[in-house]
Amino acid sequence: MSEINKNEVDIVIGALNADLTQFLNSWKPFFSGFHLIVVKDPELKQELNIPQGFDVDVYSKTDIDKVVGSSNSTMFSGYSCRYFGYLISKKKYIVSIDDDCVPAKDPKGFLVDAVSQHVNNLENPATPLFFNTLYDPYCEGADFVRGYPFSLRSGVPCAASCGLWLNLADLDAPTQALKTEQRNTSYVDAVMTVPLKAMLPISGINIAFNRELVGPALVPALRLAGEGKVRWETLEDVWCGMCLKHISDHLGYGVKTGLPYVWRNERGDAVESLRKKWEGMKLMEKSVPFFESLKLPETALKVEDCVIELAKAVKEQLGSEDPAFTQAADAMVKWIQLWNSVNSSG
Amino acid sequence: MVEPANTVGVPMNPTPLLKDELDIVIPTIRNLDFLEMWRPFLQPYHLIIVQDGDPSKTIAVPEGFDYELYNRNDINRILGPKASCISFKDSACRCFGYMVSKKKYIFTIDDDCFVAKDPSGKAVNALEQHIKNLLCPSSPFFFNTLYDPYREGADFVRGYPFSLREGVSTAVSHGLWLNIPDYDAPTQLVKPKERNTRYVDAVLTIPKGTLFPMCGMNLAFDRELIGPAMYFGLMGDGQPIGRYDDMWAGWCVKVICDHLGLGVKTGLPYIYHSKASNPFVNLKKEYKGIFWQEDIIPFFQSAKLSKEAVTVQQCYIELSKMVKEKLSPIDPYFDKLADAMVTWIEAWDELNPATKA
Repeated sequence: MSEINKNEVDIVIGALNADLTQFLNSWKPFFSGFHLIVVKDPELKQELNIPQGFDVDVYSKTDIDKVVGSSNSTMFSGYSCRYFGYLISKKKYIVSIDDDCVPAKDPKGFLVDAVSQHVNNLENPATPLFFNTLYDPYCEGADFVRGYPFSLRSGVPCAASCGLWLNLADLDAPTQALKTEQRNTSYVDAVMTVPLKAMLPISGINIAFNRELVGPALVPALRLAGEGKVRWETLEDVWCGMCLKHISDHLGYGVKTGLPYVWRNERGDAVESLRKKWEGMKLMEKSVPFFESLKLPETALKVEDCVIELAKAVKEQLGSEDPAFTQAADAMVKWIQLWNSVNSSG
Repeated sequence: MVEPANTVGVPMNPTPLLKDELDIVIPTIRNLDFLEMWRPFLQPYHLIIVQDGDPSKTIAVPEGFDYELYNRNDINRILGPKASCISFKDSACRCFGYMVSKKKYIFTIDDDCFVAKDPSGKAVNALEQHIKNLLCPSSPFFFNTLYDPYREGADFVRGYPFSLREGVSTAVSHGLWLNIPDYDAPTQLVKPKERNTRYVDAVLTIPKGTLFPMCGMNLAFDRELIGPAMYFGLMGDGQPIGRYDDMWAGWCVKVICDHLGLGVKTGLPYIYHSKASNPFVNLKKEYKGIFWQEDIIPFFQSAKLSKEAVTVQQCYIELSKMVKEKLSPIDPYFDKLADAMVTWIEAWDELNPATKA
């Protein structure tokens, strides 16, 4: 992999756990030299415990209130706290990993440098217009296969890199509750571009994106009524991902999935999460036909405009289905206002 | 460096899956020595050998294999004037094997493909994996980030709509190749030493609306679901183009599968591709294709089949009309090809009356 310019990257961590010692120390070999933004969940009462040796800026509720106003800080509660980090970052690339994940080992036993892999994915073109059966054509030892149109071989800019998880995969509560012992042990050695128009569930657990390209499109918008502090009780990242993919498709950018893996640890109880009303499932069902038929106007050429248009469509077409959608649409508009005000001063 | 598997001593499965429901179609011009290595995995199955080139040559088939063999004389005899749609001096002739088969499933493999090793060193039973792929649903309407959700140890991820978790029937299983990758001539010329050593342990469904380059070296499909669309076109002798047979079939197949709600999978199994063909020879064959492809791809990307096209044959005939209308201006070859597509369907229906709409 090519050398990364560490100055172009912010590593944004949403702290839902107060004690980040183990987490940060396990990532030290790969976070070293990078600037870290740690955003504390505004609802977390305890003081954060952050070990020495990191170049880190920490933001808590008071900081969030100062920047966005206390009436808006609920937008950044729970897992959505990391979006505050995205908002105030000044860097080109963001890498974001959940605080219950540690570096994974590849099949040879080496620890995976997830940060480098993500940045590498972002720096190389994506190929959403035609599927390459040997997956990432730009990586060492691979190329475009016979039959791949030559005019499509320069690819398009990569907007996001969606990584995966060994051990505890990002399964939903019913699935994990049914298969309590199931752990993901399959290391699939590939990065690939998710094709144009294909929808996918983007997980926020291990993700990176080009903030300069699509920053405003990562919207902290959809909150489940019973949203909790475990991933099984959220859908914010999946909604965000549907918006991001749609906007990327519209603007001609690509979204990659695959490597890098992180090792995800046990937290929470799937069966316990099942007890909550599983409204996320219903919301997803309604979202799919909406995104499938959605067409953003050709005049929407800037990411911010795309988000606004998307919010409008959500309100019009999904608002009557569930109040969560109206709230999401409002949040998306508010997010763009905040983005513009925070990032206009330059 | 990657090597083929040594299959000496590998036991044969006492109950091979789909033994009487699957035919293995192999085009060949030289010999079938490679089958010796595949014996533990392929011997229980019936082979359809399509002999290209000089029909007076005898192709030796290793002992113990049950097969039927067709050379050019047989093809001409069986199809009469319709034989014009079957290519000569090109492995595209293999699609004749699809047509004469009476089985539900087809596995086709090239005669320079050996058994691959997985990362643990174990010999890969490619046919078994293809069968698993075909018997399991596909998921073309929503991409699963953990790839094939039906595989042991995998599942649908959080956020995957529950209404889409049943999946659809799988029509095609597209396998990959270790060692010599399926590159086009220009890439072969630039990277003559590149070998594919990366074993990607995944099967995935190619999303609806997405085209891909389908390679015929290691391919299986449900003949009842998609067979008539697996026409490998006019290539080789007397034709201006070669090495686009499987590509052409793949584009037609994907458009039709998308229209009919069928799935196409790619990924495992791997075979070990042993022979690199001559890149200069390849360049001459592919040359026109490289240019034409630039128009062909947008054509397939925007091809819309009518609601009335509900069988594969109907879809294919519609497609042939579109080819005639939209691609003939590029070159008269496409006019011939469109006609050949119709001839192919007529021949298919003649030989397979039960599957007629």
